[in-house]
Amino acid sequence: MRYLPLSPTEREDMLARMGLAHIDDLFADAADKLLKDPLNLPGRKTELEVERAMGALAAKNLAAGAPFFLGAGAYKHHVPASVDHLIQRSEFLTSYTPYQPEISQGTLQVLFEFQTQVARLTGMDVANASMYDGSTATAEAVLMAHRVTRRRKALLSGGLHPHYAETARTLSDMADDEICILPPDPLAREDLIRQIDDSLSCVVVQSPDVFGHLRDLRPLAEACRAKGVLLVAVVTEVLALGLIESPGAQGADIVVAEGQSIGNGLNFGGPYLGLFATREKYVRQMPGRLCGQTFDSLGRRGFVLTLSTREQHIRREKATSNICTNSGLCALAFSIHLSLLGEKGLRELALVNHANAVALAEAIETIPGIKLLNGSFFNEFCIELPGSAAEFVERAAGQKILAGVPVSRLSPGAGLENLLLIASSEINTDDDRATLVAALREEAAR
Amino acid sequence: MNEQPRFQDKKLPRTFSGHHGLAHETGLIFEHGREDFTGVDIDPPQNFKPRLGGLERQSPLGLPGLSEPECLRHYVRLSKQNYAIDAGLYPLGSCTMKHNPRLNEKMARLPGFSDIHPLQPFSTVQGALQLMEALSHWLITLTGTEAVALSPKAGAHGEMCGMMAIKAAIAARGEAATRKVVLAPESAHGTNPATAAALGFSVRPIPAGADGLVHPEAVAAALGPDVAAIMLTNPNTCGLFERNIVEIARLVHEAGAYFYCDGANFNAIVGKVRPGDLGVDAMHINLHKTFSTPHGGGGPGAGPVVLSSRLAPFAPVPFLRRDGEKLVLVEEKEGSQSFGRMAAFHGQMGMFVRALTYILSHGGDGLAMASENAVLSANYLRVCLKDVMSSPFAEKLCMHEVLFDDHWMKDSGVTVLDFAKAMIDEGIHPMTVYFPLVVHGAMLIEPTESESAAFLEMFVATLRDLAFSVKGGDVERFTGAPYYAPRTRLDETGAARKPVLTYKKPIGEREPPAA
Repeated sequence: MRYLPLSPTEREDMLARMGLAHIDDLFADAADKLLKDPLNLPGRKTELEVERAMGALAAKNLAAGAPFFLGAGAYKHHVPASVDHLIQRSEFLTSYTPYQPEISQGTLQVLFEFQTQVARLTGMDVANASMYDGSTATAEAVLMAHRVTRRRKALLSGGLHPHYAETARTLSDMADDEICILPPDPLAREDLIRQIDDSLSCVVVQSPDVFGHLRDLRPLAEACRAKGVLLVAVVTEVLALGLIESPGAQGADIVVAEGQSIGNGLNFGGPYLGLFATREKYVRQMPGRLCGQTFDSLGRRGFVLTLSTREQHIRREKATSNICTNSGLCALAFSIHLSLLGEKGLRELALVNHANAVALAEAIETIPGIKLLNGSFFNEFCIELPGSAAEFVERAAGQKILAGVPVSRLSPGAGLENLLLIASSEINTDDDRATLVAALREEAAR
Repeated sequence: MNEQPRFQDKKLPRTFSGHHGLAHETGLIFEHGREDFTGVDIDPPQNFKPRLGGLERQSPLGLPGLSEPECLRHYVRLSKQNYAIDAGLYPLGSCTMKHNPRLNEKMARLPGFSDIHPLQPFSTVQGALQLMEALSHWLITLTGTEAVALSPKAGAHGEMCGMMAIKAAIAARGEAATRKVVLAPESAHGTNPATAAALGFSVRPIPAGADGLVHPEAVAAALGPDVAAIMLTNPNTCGLFERNIVEIARLVHEAGAYFYCDGANFNAIVGKVRPGDLGVDAMHINLHKTFSTPHGGGGPGAGPVVLSSRLAPFAPVPFLRRDGEKLVLVEEKEGSQSFGRMAAFHGQMGMFVRALTYILSHGGDGLAMASENAVLSANYLRVCLKDVMSSPFAEKLCMHEVLFDDHWMKDSGVTVLDFAKAMIDEGIHPMTVYFPLVVHGAMLIEPTESESAAFLEMFVATLRDLAFSVKGGDVERFTGAPYYAPRTRLDETGAARKPVLTYKKPIGEREPPAA
């Protein structure tokens, strides 16, 4: 077997040195449960055979090379070639969590830079070394708000991605906390402020929200502050922060985001990158790993994992979270891509996205029978079709157009069958947009 | 070799640049990046009417940009300050640093896997769903269980999933109010009690026996009508197979509780023992350990959970359903007993591709051989080191990892941490230290199946030389170590006392290079 260096002779020699006759003698403690016969599974394959088998599966999927307009929490952007090259360097790809800092400065300095980038991007003081994804980071933010406020009830906006709301609900129900999730709010008309009282630990609101609306967090932040409630701001398209005011500057107390957009591919939903940032005064209540600056015995600057007394491997049942793994390699991809973009490139890329979405929206607005629901948006908006959006998407897929996400896929049974979410980024050409507009025009005329 | 100067920085001449030959120092991107520069060419759009609702950003963010050559240089230099499995032995017990085949990476980058959106119509992602079905089949078969939940994103998330299924099953029996206790041995990973506590359970510890095993009598004494589950790692964190596990499972089930197995060490028994045959109700599988999706400096991982028939109905959404020829994902819990959703979308697809690639490459026979070689290598280290290092279980067979304690270092003036740092000077990543907590000064060594006989011999010879040094009183070799790493011992206490978690200065302003 090409991955196993020990030869049959070496195995024999090693067993003999231990005074054992057979390899199964090593499993003596499991004796009565040791499998007598091999399981009914295929045998080993050559590299070429595996490539063929996996290639055949991959070929059955319609990849995003087609005209592509899906978003709803996962976005297709162009990633510079150097990003993927760098994250495949052995020293990043095949290293462990940096528990031995003297020989992990590469990973640790990246994390320190990453934390700084995330803090500046979100307008917060501190950020952790990443979470699994945006949805689990949101659920963790709710738990953290409970710890900070010593209250156990959360209010979630109807503009929050339904998968995020459900993720928070599962954890909340299991921990016997209270959670109130408002109904889907496609027109951004809900009045959150009126529902804020001092029984709440936090209000969770997304901007751009799942329907694409940009929400002004400032009045909400003020109302939260008056009642001792934390404002948790969620961002699922982090590129938006290149153009719009950061949640921190708008008064959020905790910012969580899906970082996939920068540096990371679609990957059918994972692995993604949870960003988690907050104010300095709450740092000891944060979940997840933190990297901090220090010095070595010769006085040279270096970095270590720190404040681990919050974490499960030290605190066990008193930890702030059970999280152990982070999304290290995705964080690295994010950090590399963002350091290539810099502030200038980030803003320009965000502008291109917004301009493309505006151009698409303007074209769609000329189609009779189709309505744009958004007053404001970044690179994604919601339209109302005359008929089922899911059926339209299916028909379009038949013509190799990936037209968007039907709202009913996220919120089935909410009576929103005709709503379609459409995202447009720098990857879309004029031709792509024209193809989609023509398909929509045809749909409206059906 | 011992004639080399040990105090390199004191005896060798200073360099002007701070670099030492190939060992480059690297400033922060905030120190050498520029605010008005980008390494990505973009044509900003002209003449369009923004629709940002008046929320356009007013102030700068403070993010530096690098050209592509600067970027490559920055990260390549940083990478060289990292240890890696590709560079040398990485015997971190419980962490399973085995070889990461590059075919896994190549397959994960096929556009048919990497460039598909999680919410595309099912008709356009049949290949991805078939891949999930194939992986499920392998995991269920290898574990002898009924079902698998693929969506958990890491081991601890998988623990959460399994314990949520248990909580849901107990609630369905109407016993949610009474069964509020989870049993966990003292040797458990920290995630176990943390998971139980996060779900509102209280944790009742079970003492380990002097032989490092959990004993049925101790479990029986802790069981009662208030117990929801036991969380047990097998093979356990001392590297031992819990030989009474079938009996323990029987007791747990008889008491109306469930058996959660922490599957972090499944890599020792793949193709040899099926956890389902041991009475396990739920077990997470760390794809990044057992099936070698890379660790990536801390993640991402993936933690699918296999479930017994007793827990399968409560699995989280989404789950796969075959609809004739077609596969679909059931994404809503309504109409089933599912406990709900654990995360957006459907799990770590990129990791599924890598794990299935690894599994197909090995086949059933190769997976069993990998486990055998991992166990063989660990036992070989045990036999070759037990005369110079002490272990409470030195004479017993171990599984894929071997545990030593610090008894043999007593009164030497060298701590386990010092010993670990001296291994760094020898070009070897230290083993896991101070875990598990059940022995004093734990050193947990997991060589994995990826090491050649020559590397194992080199490791043995190095550790023996270090051990003789401890016994010979060469304390300096340890207390000042590491001497040859990119950094000497770092001040972790200082880092925690006054945390500096972000760079506070404006772009381009450099911090003094030293304290």
